[in-house]
Order: sequence, then structure tokens, then C-alpha cells
Amino acid sequence: MADGCGAPAQAAVVAGEDTGDQVVVAGKVLAGQAPVGGAYVRLLNADGDFAGEVQASAGGDFRFYAAPGSWTVRALHRTGNGEASVRAEGPGLHQVAIAVA
Amino acid sequence: MSREDVLVSTEWAEQNLEADGVVFAEVDEDTSAYDTGHIPGAVKIDWRTDLQDPVRRDFVDKAGFEKLLSEKGISNDDQVILYGGNNNWFAAYAYWYFKLYGHQNVRLLDGGRKKWELDGRALSTDEVKRAATNYTAKDQDLSLRAFRDEVVDAINTKNLVDVRSPDEFTGKLLAPAHLPQESAQRAGHVPSALNVPWAKAANEDGTFKSDDELRELYQEAGLDSGKATIAYCRIGERSSHTWFALHELLGLSDVKNYDGSWTEYGSLVGVPVETGTGA
Repeated sequence: MADGCGAPAQAAVVAGEDTGDQVVVAGKVLAGQAPVGGAYVRLLNADGDFAGEVQASAGGDFRFYAAPGSWTVRALHRTGNGEASVRAEGPGLHQVAIAVA
Repeated sequence: MSREDVLVSTEWAEQNLEADGVVFAEVDEDTSAYDTGHIPGAVKIDWRTDLQDPVRRDFVDKAGFEKLLSEKGISNDDQVILYGGNNNWFAAYAYWYFKLYGHQNVRLLDGGRKKWELDGRALSTDEVKRAATNYTAKDQDLSLRAFRDEVVDAINTKNLVDVRSPDEFTGKLLAPAHLPQESAQRAGHVPSALNVPWAKAANEDGTFKSDDELRELYQEAGLDSGKATIAYCRIGERSSHTWFALHELLGLSDVKNYDGSWTEYGSLVGVPVETGTGA
């Protein structure tokens, strides 16, 4: 991984996944009940500072490898923006959905 | 140099897609985005396979750059408009690289692919074929590029700007938060470096902040504009973004990008490393 900085393919939940010691913040971008593909999702720390950005998959999935703490995930899409908060206490999968409007 | 000499807006780009002598190029590490749709007429440059030496950790050499641009149909006289994903990280890297090899007529699309998409502008999946050219490059302009010994010598003497996130700077994370965390090298930063994350130079739509906002940002962080500056990150692409802000937008004269960055420095034996906020 050291030779690149591009995000791996985005999948919010991988069946049978063991996240090991990784603190994973993942979820879907939604408009109503429908997933929104291709939104730009930003991870912001408790101070509101930018920590990372990915582009959600066609199915609206996004995934970050964070550190323990409180995070905001913010989605930007040509049809609208939205954000949500998530608290990641430690290693594991921390799921959060973002509604855009 | 003014902002118009180095940046173009998405509006300008859309109006100049077919202009003579203007070539659009999308630069990414993951070029699958290009394949699902790109700015109409734009050629594809793969950051990894086109710009990096396949064996050594270095750039393609001058002959390799000439071959690449010739094959892409870019001539010495063309105005090249670079854009890409990741808030233009790799496009900014390519911009720096074009300047390094002496191509002066190059600009970044402000906001890159993200702004283009958020604007709802059209993407095309048509294959782009341009007639080959006979491009000639210059020798690398090393006034733009820093190497490791120069970084060690710059501790407490030059401005060192670490543009990674605060968590990477302090040693809490080894990589940006969209990547699995590695543990191959030490975490932390070069002693005396200022931490001004690249993202602070950009608006959330990926466009650069105004010159006044940028000036204030680096001034408040403690950058001494009377001193030479070296920017670094993890592999040298986010720091290209900051190099662009400092050298091309603010016009600071002596600014280098350290492309070895943390993956090199954090693995060196015998160099000083600082953790925590460093302040």
C-alpha cells in the first residue's frame, strides 16, 4: 500500500469480515431509502478538520480506516449534501448512513 | 504570476473542450474512474504506470516522459489542462512533474473531477485518440524537487511543511483515513515541520481557497515567507497540491516538493523523528 494513495474499492460491509485492529467507519449514502452512487464522502474529526475523502461506490457504499474517536461523515453530490455523526470506540466496524437532500 | 496563468475553472474548461492547442488530461492512480467517464476529449495518464519507474522508486526519466507525451498526442506547444480525482492530488503531482521537465504551458482544472461532477457536467466514455507527436523534454529542474539529505539539513533552518492530516503528523495514523493502516515504518514527522494539512488549502468542492485565505493560512501556521520551503506528505502527491498553492498561487520563489516524503523519511536509519504536536 505504501506506493499508492488511492482508496480501495468501496464496500460498506464485507460478509464475514474480521476488521482486525482496524477502526472502520463505513456505511451508505441514501436519498430517502434509495442508495446514491458516486457521492464524495468526507471524514471530519471532532474539530471539524478534514481527515479523508472517498467517492462512494455505485451502490452508495463508503469506508474509512480511522482512529478511535468521534467523527462526522459528510456527503457531497450534485443532487444535494448531507452529514451524520458516528462514534468509533475502538477496532471494529462502525456503521453510519448519510442522507443527502 | 496570476491565478489565471495556472488554474482554469470548470466553466472555462467546458467552453474550451475543442479549442485548438488545448489538451485535457485526467491523471489518477486508479484510472477506473476515467474508464467509466471522463471529460470529453481528455487523454488518460496513469500516475503509477505512466509516471513512475517500474523498478526503482523514482520518476520515469526524460526519455520516458518524452515517449509518454508523444504517445498521448501532446506537443511542446500545447496548453495542457490537468485534472483528476482525490481533489486533484495526482493532477497537481503531474503539474509539478510537467514543470520539472520544462513544460511551462500547463494548468490545473480548479476543483478537478469532483467539481466537474458536482456541477453536473457531462462525462464521456468515448475512446480518445490523438495523433502521436514528437515531444522533447528538458532536463529536470531540480530547483523544484527536494531529496532526503536536503530535508535533514532543512530541520530548524528552512520551512518544512508537513501537509498530512493532524493524526498522521502526530503519529496516531500512518496513512490517510481512506486507506488501511500500515506499520512498515515509524510514525511521526520531521522535527521543526509545521503541520498544515493540504485540505486546508481547498474548499470542500475541491477548488483552491482564495489567495488571501491561503496567505492567512500559512502565515498563521508560522511559515516564514523569507525562507526557502520544502513540502512533504506520505508519497509526494498531497504535497504537490500544497507546492502548487505556495509556489504557483502565492508566488513564493523557493518552494520544493519532497516526493520521497514520509514513506522514505520515516524509514531512514539515523534521522531524527518527532511525534506529538511538535509545538
